[in-house]
Amino acid sequence: MHVDPLEKIWIGIVILLTAVMLGSIFYTAFAGSVHPPSNVEVVDSTALHLTEEFAEDNLGVRDNEDGSVTVTMVATRYGFYPQHVEIPAKTPVTFRFATPDTLHGLHIPTTNVDTMVIPGYVSEVNTELQSTGTFPMYCNEYCGVGHHAMWSRVTIVPPKG
Amino acid sequence: MSETDKPDGLALGHMWVALATFLLASVLGAYQVLERAELIPLWAEGYYTSVTAHGVIMAYVLTTFFIAGFGYYCASAALDRPVWNKPLAWGGFGMMVVGVLMVVYALVTGQAMVMYTFYPPLTAHWTFYVGAALLVVGSIAWVVIMIVMPIQWKRDNPGQPLPLIMFSTTANATLWLWTLIGVAVEVVFQLIPLSLGLVDTVDVGLARTLFAWTLHPIVYVWLIPAYQAMYMFVPQVAGGRLFSDEMARVAFIMLLVFSLPIGFHHLYVDPFQAAGWKLFHGFGTFMVAIPTLITGFTVIAGMEIAGRLRGGRGLFGWLRTLPWHEPMVLAAGLALLMLTLGGFGGVVNASYAMNTMVHNTMWVPAHFHLIFAGTTIIMYFAIAYHLWPKMTGRELFSRRLATTQLWLWFIGIVVLTVPWHYVGLLGMPRRTAAMPYDPEFVAPWQSSAVLMAVGGIIMTVSAVLLIYNLVMTHAARTPAAERELRFAQAIQPPLKLPKPMNGFALWNWILVVYMGAGFGYPLLQFFILDVQPALAWGW
Ligand code: HEM
Ligand SMILES: [Cu+2]
Ligand SMILES: [Cu+2]
Repeated sequence: MHVDPLEKIWIGIVILLTAVMLGSIFYTAFAGSVHPPSNVEVVDSTALHLTEEFAEDNLGVRDNEDGSVTVTMVATRYGFYPQHVEIPAKTPVTFRFATPDTLHGLHIPTTNVDTMVIPGYVSEVNTELQSTGTFPMYCNEYCGVGHHAMWSRVTIVPPKG
Repeated sequence: MSETDKPDGLALGHMWVALATFLLASVLGAYQVLERAELIPLWAEGYYTSVTAHGVIMAYVLTTFFIAGFGYYCASAALDRPVWNKPLAWGGFGMMVVGVLMVVYALVTGQAMVMYTFYPPLTAHWTFYVGAALLVVGSIAWVVIMIVMPIQWKRDNPGQPLPLIMFSTTANATLWLWTLIGVAVEVVFQLIPLSLGLVDTVDVGLARTLFAWTLHPIVYVWLIPAYQAMYMFVPQVAGGRLFSDEMARVAFIMLLVFSLPIGFHHLYVDPFQAAGWKLFHGFGTFMVAIPTLITGFTVIAGMEIAGRLRGGRGLFGWLRTLPWHEPMVLAAGLALLMLTLGGFGGVVNASYAMNTMVHNTMWVPAHFHLIFAGTTIIMYFAIAYHLWPKMTGRELFSRRLATTQLWLWFIGIVVLTVPWHYVGLLGMPRRTAAMPYDPEFVAPWQSSAVLMAVGGIIMTVSAVLLIYNLVMTHAARTPAAERELRFAQAIQPPLKLPKPMNGFALWNWILVVYMGAGFGYPLLQFFILDVQPALAWGW
């Protein structure tokens, strides 16, 4: 096969470019443990209210012994429950979401909190929020004609102590 | 080949369906930008139906019909023989048309607000899914013909290299066959039974994984005809040569092999696939950059050769001597600009961790309107301008109008997508009829929304001009045109090729292994995990 010398140089550049991009992705994934939400955990979406974790009384923000925070929420047509949560900044947070009905997604704009919420599965996001203030948390995956009305508020307060 | 053996009617029939529906979907696009900019009253059902129809038409109807028509025409021109089994080709066409009509029925009766991604457990009327299935099944007639014709040709021309245009068309037909498996399984075994009430529940994780199988390679099915035109029409029209026939084949083979098993990057933030599989597919995603960048090199080299043959000197002087008044050359230049911009956005989307910043924001439609509505479709326009005179036997009605239309499309796309990228980073969501969130959050998005409305209207005007020009050409008021379709010849045409560069048997076996590795366990897990499937929902 005939490959032009110029072409060989270009192929070298292309391979180098690709390697640099892949290298940085693998570096942040392995050295920095940066992963998208991927917990592969099943739940019976038709009986969420009967589970311990997603029963109405147990939703909301919970402080853990190690200083981290767990936020448990239900996403349903058309809102996130509880409708308002307060989370400390600069503190490890674990969000856990489930839905009794159809597909949803959630995003807190300008943060990396973003996950799909899918019936049959529990979604988990691990993060640390940096700036304080009140943000919308809206549904970003089409879930029916009321989709645009599906949003709640998140207030990020200065860390305790 | 005699005049009557040419596939004119067949190709024109397919392409007219593609372009007529494209015009309709462009008008819906204009409605959507106006609604998103709050320039017309909120009507949620209308918006979600419109987005579904716009997506279905642009992504499935326009592309499937256009690619089939283009493939039939090029195959018969390159192999110098009539399309094999025309009744089968027309049968496929008829089935596709019936499928589209069924989808349209579900849409106009307001029973299909499920987006072009089908979105279970939201469930549309059964005619939506059965119609989509018929569209796909009909297109298999095209695949079969595009595989049989080169086999017959090889039998008659033993040891000779298959013409590059046929080689790449067969690559695309093969890619389409692999691509449609995912969505076909989802539609036949999950969505049709659910919509008919034969089953009560569906595993959404399984459905989304099957859809992801299709969702990435399908964009390369759409893109390949644009690349074919860049490789084989652009240098020919510009008066140059194809830089390398062999590297072009390598690029098409890599597009086939690398684009198939990487669909998981659409599932980066879905909870039901583990991080390791996402990383594996993230790796594969970056491999597709290689054939794309090689294509850029070869195409630009072909254009440079043409520019220099026309007397261009110096590092960039050849750019000035290129015949920019030719729609094919202008379209290629503009397409490459949009591909560069869109490619940058794609790298961000594909990056395993950065994706969470932009997932489901307006950044995503900005990226794919650049590459799909921009790069790909502008080359389809150029193909239409190139082929209409050959198919109808009449000169193009107005070449001036054609270049104006291409410029308008380019400007419209840029004005539409630059603000989309920006508001995407600020967090503006996609696929939403309204944004009733905290006003201080939404206010900075407004000016961009108005800009995008301007861009969208410019594009719709451009779409109307395209159709006008082609109708006037077809209406036969113009002088007779030269009808032979020519393809660019390589500087060094290959005389003999190793078997893997002249057919696809080896690559299909490699794909069996690669697809098995990428999707085997991730699909199997749904039968091992104790998943409680979800109920069907209306809208
Ligand atoms: C006339 C020019 C066009 C305009 C004004 C336009 C505008 C839009 C708008 C406003 C959306 C919805 C954004 C959202 O709410 O998320 C959209 C979605 C979409 N567009 Fe276009 N578009 C145009 C042309 C095209 C073309 C040529 C293609 C491809 C060939 C295309 C493919 C799509 C697809 C696949 C979607 C996604 C639908 C979905 O999310 O389900 N568009 N477009
Ligand atoms: Cu929702
Ligand atoms: Cu939603």
